[in-house]
Amino acid sequence: MVKRRLIAFLVLLAGLAVAFFVYSSEPGLKADANDQHAFKLGLDLSGGTHLVYKADVSEISENEIKDSMESLRDVIERRINLFGVSETNVQTQEVNIAGLNEDRIVIDLPGITDIDQAVSMIGQTPLLEFKLLNKDADENTSFEDAYISTGLTGKYLDRANLEFVQQGSGSGIAGTPIVALQFDKEGGDLFGQITGDNTGEILAIFLDGAPISTPVIQTKITGGQATITGNFTPDEAKQLVGRLNSGALPVPIELISTQTIGATLGSDAVNAGVFAGMLGFLILAGLFIFWYRFPGVIAIISLGFYMAVMFALFKIVPVTLTAAGIAGFIISLGIAVDANILIFERMKEEIRAGRSTFDGLKEGFSRAWLSIRDSNISSLITAVILFWFGSSLIKGFALTFSLGVLVSMISAISITRVFLYAFTGTRDGKIRRFLFGTGFKK
Amino acid sequence: MARFVDSCLELDLKNRIMFVIKYRKLFVSLSALMVIGGVVLVSVFGLNLGIDFTGGSLAEISYPDGRPDVVEINTSLADAGYDFATVLPTEDNGVFVKSRDLTEVERIGIFEALSIGGEFPIEEKSFTSIGPSLGKELARKATWALIIVALAIILFIAYAFRGVSKPVSSWRYGFIAVIALIHDVILTSGVFVLISQFTGATADSLFVVALLTVLGLSVNDTIVVFDRVRENLRESKNKTFEEIVGGSLYQTIARSVNTSLSTIIVLVALFIFGPDSTKMFALTLAFGMLFGTYSSIFLASPLLVFMQPKED
Repeated sequence: MVKRRLIAFLVLLAGLAVAFFVYSSEPGLKADANDQHAFKLGLDLSGGTHLVYKADVSEISENEIKDSMESLRDVIERRINLFGVSETNVQTQEVNIAGLNEDRIVIDLPGITDIDQAVSMIGQTPLLEFKLLNKDADENTSFEDAYISTGLTGKYLDRANLEFVQQGSGSGIAGTPIVALQFDKEGGDLFGQITGDNTGEILAIFLDGAPISTPVIQTKITGGQATITGNFTPDEAKQLVGRLNSGALPVPIELISTQTIGATLGSDAVNAGVFAGMLGFLILAGLFIFWYRFPGVIAIISLGFYMAVMFALFKIVPVTLTAAGIAGFIISLGIAVDANILIFERMKEEIRAGRSTFDGLKEGFSRAWLSIRDSNISSLITAVILFWFGSSLIKGFALTFSLGVLVSMISAISITRVFLYAFTGTRDGKIRRFLFGTGFKK
Repeated sequence: MARFVDSCLELDLKNRIMFVIKYRKLFVSLSALMVIGGVVLVSVFGLNLGIDFTGGSLAEISYPDGRPDVVEINTSLADAGYDFATVLPTEDNGVFVKSRDLTEVERIGIFEALSIGGEFPIEEKSFTSIGPSLGKELARKATWALIIVALAIILFIAYAFRGVSKPVSSWRYGFIAVIALIHDVILTSGVFVLISQFTGATADSLFVVALLTVLGLSVNDTIVVFDRVRENLRESKNKTFEEIVGGSLYQTIARSVNTSLSTIIVLVALFIFGPDSTKMFALTLAFGMLFGTYSSIFLASPLLVFMQPKED
């Protein structure tokens, strides 16, 4: 008896520890919390943009598609990182629709609600060209003929860097942002040849077809280094560097789905979900105590445990919570009480049949276990298939739902059992029989 | 409710439950009628498919400085060449704009037109555009998922009840559970169609999730009843199958009703107070739970007795 109560006490402490972890790791609840384990909210709750692109792989041979898609993803990832957005997610996806494969790129941008900016950032290919001014050009020459292609383009670029004009270097006002280019071997040779042959001429730098800088070649430049001094703001220069470094998209893409959720809509949804969950829990608690008296109280404590463990799992795994995911969790509250109900109903039956509360409990647990197991397995089967079936929205639901089914099964058969055993006995007084009885007698 | 359930239990529930078995033809016919009703509803009105299935776009816009007249918005859209977009005003100074799926250029154009050339500043609360291929993919996956869940459940029940072969083989338990599932899904869809006739709610991917969850939860109830039948078959050899099924129903009904009531309570809380995006989902699931519990008592159990091969 003492041993059973001691175990129950230790379990209670463990539960409180889990609950404390949940509380203390949530910045919204505790001001100085470390946000490493904060709840991770999905785009629909935190606000953000979800984009789906279809990749046109018709020009790519079958066995290269996978590699091309991977490098497409890398390029897009690099471009997105220029946003400075954290927790972005870029995934390739291959779907089969009526026998036809479609290759997709799925992009999540939390916190970004400006679709224009996002789309242009992802889709644009910066085209960098170096062109010589046509010496024979006069007023009648068209713009296209005013400059002659040198064959040197961004293709030969090794990398671009953002630099600032140094004090006293003589190349402009100190602190002006400049873009430093480093060509690869081939590009460096080409650059050396162009600058050697055309010293004194103007070598214009074109970005996306427009001249951004028209420097005069002072001397032959070897080593493949060049700088662009356009009239950049630091941000523009930074963006250009990023775009030059990210390179061109290896596969043409087409936007097929967009989803943007404003941040206010998201936080409204969180508040509503939390409120609905708390209210549901309180009503259940009331009804449970009303129906099952003392075991009802234990069931509610067990349900509290269940919630603490689920929240801790959401934080540690971590599970990205969406509105659908929260719904899955709230529904799992209903399932979590089911195992308790099965046990209590069975226990009640056994006690009525004349057993002591202790034996009734023992019998109730062992007999209810088969039903609990079988019914939960059927829920799990559904959850697994949902997960497989899922778009990200459905996966969110399936994940919290299946976690809920598993954890609830464990909490009902272990936590509820530990606590109930601590209060049962083989010889029962009137009070104990009342506490363990059903709320209503004939 | 609890008082009703419990006092019934004590007084004459046993007789009432036997009534379900005794008049099983009546209850099975009633379910059949309801299923036919559901099928008629769905086929006459049709499921109001959302953009998740059909492709298209939906934007929620608010006007922080006041909304222009809807007629004015429509004229502005038509002038800009976007007369295919439908505008629905919301209660809080905003609008929903529905149209076919949009390219980025079209989206910018429509948003421009919505602000009547910048005269009424707009705030974009949400925007979704789904290409037709994504919609087809969802429809295909949803169908497959429904079929696979049903098959997996037949297999699982046949396996879980493999020890039971008399008087009804374990495959038949699985088969009956699936009939009950189909019953629940059709009735839930029927109610959804009715509700969407009044509210304009559309079937989206969450609707599919709701139906699939109904599958999982409805079979829960059926399994609990069948489990008890299995146990009673082992323990009371000299009773008729009717008595055993009836007795098992009597023993499990309090649990079925209490569980389903508990789940429905949280779902109703989610429906009334939860986020807008999951309101219809919660309502659909609540009806699904209701039908699931109903079918485990009034359809699956009578059917089980029917499945018993005729002696003599």
